[in-house]
Amino acid sequence: MTPEPYDVIDRDVLVIGAGGAGMRAAIAAAEAGCSVAVFTKSLLGKAHTVMAEGGIAAGLGNVDADDSWEVHFADTMLGGQLLNNWRMVELYAHEVVDRVYELERWGGLFDRTPDGRIMQRAFGAHSWKRLAHVGDRTGLELIRTLQDRMVHTPGADVFMEYTLTALLKDGDRVSGAIGYNRNDGRFVVVRCGAVVLGSGGWGRMYRYTSNSWESTGDGAAIAYDAGADLLDMEFVQFHPTGMVWPPGARGILVTEAVRGEGGLLFNSEGARFMLEYDPVKKELSSRDVVARSIYKEVKAGRGSPHGGAFLDVRHLGAERIKRKLPSMYEQFHALASIDITRQPMEVGPTIHYTMGGVRVDAETGATTVAGLYAGGEVAGGLHGANRLGGNSLGDILVFGLRAGAAAADFAMSRRREPKNIDERQVTQEQQALLRPLDQGENGASPGENPYKLHEELQAVMQDDAGIGRSEESLQRALAAIQELRARAAHMRVSGGRVLNPGWHTCRDVSNMLTISEAIVRCALERRESRGSQWRFDHLDQSEELGQVNFVSRRDGEAMRVEAVPLEPLPERLRPLLERSRFYDPAKLPKGYMTARPARAGRKAG
Amino acid sequence: MTTVERVREEAAHIGAQPAAGQESGLTGDTVDLRVLKGVPGGAPEEVAYQVPMVTGMVVLDAVHYVQHNLDTDLACRWNCKAAKCGSCSAEVNGHPVLMCKTRIDELPAGPVVVHPLKTFPLIKDLVTDVSRNYEINREIPQFTPAPGDEGPWRIQQVDIDRLYEYRRCIECFLCQDVCHIMRSHHYADRFYGPRFFVRVASLEMHPKDVLNRVDQTRTDGGLGYCNITKCCTEVCPEHIHITDNAIIPLKERNADRHWDPVRFVGRFLRGERPAGDGTQQGH
Repeated sequence: MTPEPYDVIDRDVLVIGAGGAGMRAAIAAAEAGCSVAVFTKSLLGKAHTVMAEGGIAAGLGNVDADDSWEVHFADTMLGGQLLNNWRMVELYAHEVVDRVYELERWGGLFDRTPDGRIMQRAFGAHSWKRLAHVGDRTGLELIRTLQDRMVHTPGADVFMEYTLTALLKDGDRVSGAIGYNRNDGRFVVVRCGAVVLGSGGWGRMYRYTSNSWESTGDGAAIAYDAGADLLDMEFVQFHPTGMVWPPGARGILVTEAVRGEGGLLFNSEGARFMLEYDPVKKELSSRDVVARSIYKEVKAGRGSPHGGAFLDVRHLGAERIKRKLPSMYEQFHALASIDITRQPMEVGPTIHYTMGGVRVDAETGATTVAGLYAGGEVAGGLHGANRLGGNSLGDILVFGLRAGAAAADFAMSRRREPKNIDERQVTQEQQALLRPLDQGENGASPGENPYKLHEELQAVMQDDAGIGRSEESLQRALAAIQELRARAAHMRVSGGRVLNPGWHTCRDVSNMLTISEAIVRCALERRESRGSQWRFDHLDQSEELGQVNFVSRRDGEAMRVEAVPLEPLPERLRPLLERSRFYDPAKLPKGYMTARPARAGRKAG
Repeated sequence: MTTVERVREEAAHIGAQPAAGQESGLTGDTVDLRVLKGVPGGAPEEVAYQVPMVTGMVVLDAVHYVQHNLDTDLACRWNCKAAKCGSCSAEVNGHPVLMCKTRIDELPAGPVVVHPLKTFPLIKDLVTDVSRNYEINREIPQFTPAPGDEGPWRIQQVDIDRLYEYRRCIECFLCQDVCHIMRSHHYADRFYGPRFFVRVASLEMHPKDVLNRVDQTRTDGGLGYCNITKCCTEVCPEHIHITDNAIIPLKERNADRHWDPVRFVGRFLRGERPAGDGTQQGH
């Protein structure tokens, strides 16, 4: 079989995704002298980064002089229940300070302190006021700043509204990618020296999510298909405060900045329940704790009318609300007919972020496949079992830059080698993509509706692999995913290749099935409650499981999950943990820190 | 027994049940949704769909219902569904709006008619080709501080507040769509449009930027075509005062630099060419 016609694009570096991580990577690679192609499923500037609200966590110490990268390191490690890759956290806490000032140098705006420095606000489980922000639209500011920088960086070209569906390999090395132009359906093949994934996370397999439609896990799925390891996939963050009413708005994010600015949570009996669940951090406890607390209150019959909790900011006064939380004011006004300066908001947990992702080298973002790099939400390791608010916008800047620069190095060093494209891989992928459009011999074979499969997957994941899980529910989810995968082979859609959303959804569903399976398989293995993983049948932390990450890897057509030992925190970093205001030696996450009490003279790791 | 203990005990018996309060919100009414479907060259036609009404439903919810249940091929552009990305721009009952923010229960009774943005070339159904906007953005020189001015900077909040209005723009391009210079006169090749006057204003008023883009708005940007009808301001979902706070200040700066008769005579006597190079240094 001969391949369908396709356009060929040659570049040194291919960046998949044009959110913060993808754009920062593209700028880095282009500044290193590479030709760069940035591919995005959407228009430029619409990526999920745009929805980030609260701010960028960085130990600038502008508001609280006691803050520093060391305290930021400690908070992030403790927030992640010590499952984090400590080297990533170290690099991150160090470098995010420079990345924030770099954004300012590129024209990004931040709110200011009275003496004109970058303002910082409080956020959950951060020891000090740490989040650089502008109102509650920090993500928009970040994406617009990077967008303007990138389109004026020579060597970086943007390809909007393309979907890349598979990585192409030359031997063991990634040599490019194949996909299609969403608008006209033409196939495209990119030949390149290195690929950077900056493709974001995966919330769309859940029914109630704050994620945009793009968050279908494409990057992790195509990396997995190409043989890359996925790390910590069981950790999916429920943001405690999403809208719960009206039905169409359910899941839309209510920024943590609402609590950062002083918003309080109440149950239907008027009790400020966070005082009991976490008397120290209260409303600003880590997201996993607040989300579970709301869930428990609702379950105990003390929920709001639509199954959430009340979030109240009225005591802040209308002027401050409109100045510091303008888009929340607008959002509740437009979508729920609620004036948050006069009425409390109704909020409940919503899928928000995925801590797991492609396993990467801390310094370079190199995956386990040669020539493939990843940075940002698609990569795993930085956040451990739970991400702190504000650490995502920093993540994409620090590791977007690192992955882009490393990919540029790799590509430059191989510039003289021929770039081979294996036609067989191209043809195979094209056939798989076109299958749902094949109407069969009698013209209209019924087949499965991809949207309906998606809805069914969302129900499975929400109910059985959601905020609380058990062996029973996860086994039920796994069986359902396997059944859905069998049915997904028979997806059919009407229409042609020209801008056909039904057709596009078919591949989204396949990718989400792969990622869902990894989430469920890892969640089954982690028989403990830690960070975002809450097992009804294993409510406590396990010392043994606190010393491993779970890695999912492709083995033929099967998925294998393997426990990989954590590298213990080296002696030079251990004392830093005590710098967190929330450090409590009696309540350390169980694992290597508690299993092996400190030994004098132990060699630094 | 504290709440914590009580809930902890209860949680052990709960099992993985879906959270309460997931009512469907169906009102029993039906929305008469009419969407202009078609591709360039073909003759786009309004197709009618019957959509079950749900409390608080927005137009984008209705379009999604059609995609999922009635017509998987219906094309629309959307991302966040939270009025933050500016992707789902369309014309609902003739008004340029974000579909994700337009409540059906706030529209007049009768059919809900959804058309694509009229100003931009059609790709398919509700999706149009807005790529010209991205070209215009590339023509505007990026933020440029003085050489060697590396920061960290001291900037006052009052400056941030002024700029923040411009920076709220989510690039939905509704202002470009409604502007008659682009919509009726098709001057996209010689007129930047409201969005990009907002963009220039945000750069011009940044206290650390040293370039001058004022002349460029007149020469390449066609600022003079704007006759201040304020349609752009009316449709802006971010409530940016586009005309008053971006376009008029730029017009005033142009008048000051280029049309001031005293300066004009001065330039003439010195034999200077009219200011036209959009990237010259200094204010």
